[in-house]
Amino acid sequence: MKLLTLNFLTCARKTCKSLPAAFPLHPREAELEQVETDMNAALIKNILPRLEWDAMKTVTTELGLPNLPAETPAPEDLATADGEPSQTLKDLHVLLMDTAVVSGKLVCGNCGHEYAVKEGIANFLLPSHMV
Amino acid sequence: MLPTPRTAHVDYDRIYEPAEDSYLLLDTLAKRSERDFLRKRFPRNSPSPVVLEIGTGSGVVLAFATAHANHIFGRSDVLTIGTDVNPFACVAALRTVELAVSEANTAGTSTGFCLGCLEADLATPFGGHAVDVALFNPPYVPTEMVPTAPGDSSVATPFERESQLLALSYAGGVDGMEVTNRLLDQLPGILSRRGVAYILLCAQNKPAAIARRINDASDDWVAQVVNSSGKTAGWERLSILRIWRT
Ligand SMILES: [Zn+2]
Repeated sequence: MKLLTLNFLTCARKTCKSLPAAFPLHPREAELEQVETDMNAALIKNILPRLEWDAMKTVTTELGLPNLPAETPAPEDLATADGEPSQTLKDLHVLLMDTAVVSGKLVCGNCGHEYAVKEGIANFLLPSHMV
Repeated sequence: MLPTPRTAHVDYDRIYEPAEDSYLLLDTLAKRSERDFLRKRFPRNSPSPVVLEIGTGSGVVLAFATAHANHIFGRSDVLTIGTDVNPFACVAALRTVELAVSEANTAGTSTGFCLGCLEADLATPFGGHAVDVALFNPPYVPTEMVPTAPGDSSVATPFERESQLLALSYAGGVDGMEVTNRLLDQLPGILSRRGVAYILLCAQNKPAAIARRINDASDDWVAQVVNSSGKTAGWERLSILRIWRT
């Protein structure tokens, strides 16, 4: 599961869903891997407006990854003056497209439920009494 | 004709085999009218669309949407993601996506980007109106009951567990609509302001009545049958319902 997925996920419990504390889920004991993928500058540029920047900052800090800039980068920060990919673009590409969670847990900040990740597949199924 | 993703690696004792319903969903996404609709709704340089396939099974639809994003959306900066209650399906679906993407890349086509496949009940881990396009080929066969989802691993033997997972992929309960109705309830919470869902229905699900129910319920949502197949005695056996926010 790509790290970027966490930008879209919340706790699966109905009672948590709409609560701010249920997002983002907090990775614990996470094993990460990096698989190099082709750079798609348009993809990075066009997902920026979809990123919950503070949530992504929380997740990267908790994972001990390099800190993200304080604010969402502007589209013009993604290329250098001569039109080459900027360092910001390269860093975002590595973080969002290349980095994946292989194993560990994703923990809800509201109810504390731990969703296991095994072999890159996160399990969001809940026992019936918790749905 | 766009190539259909290869699924030779999928174990059909454990995972729903792609059938007419899956292919109708592929046909719908490749159709001129739907491509026009989606391209207008997600114009180039607007934020990247997020496509969620609910209940991937073999992954044939997820792989098709990922590998042919450029043909469908007119842009390749498309994110895709899948869910299935069956962990075997999640693994197989990711493999199907990988094969289809590498085949498209070999042919020189740029593809969408798949984030992964989650073991989940429908779209329950998605919140905050994150999804732009939801694709759902539900268990639509009318059955007496829907098997319980495998949240508890209370089912005894591996064989029983596998049969239960396979039954979950087709058993639709009353009118074949129990699972689809649960997803319809989730749609307003998961779909973005640009959100669209494509849902496969069979004749017993009464697609026209469902479309009417949605259209009558609110001015914010529109539903329309946009594709169908398998005409028997004047009835379309399978249809695709498109539901979108106005
Ligand atoms: Zn929770």
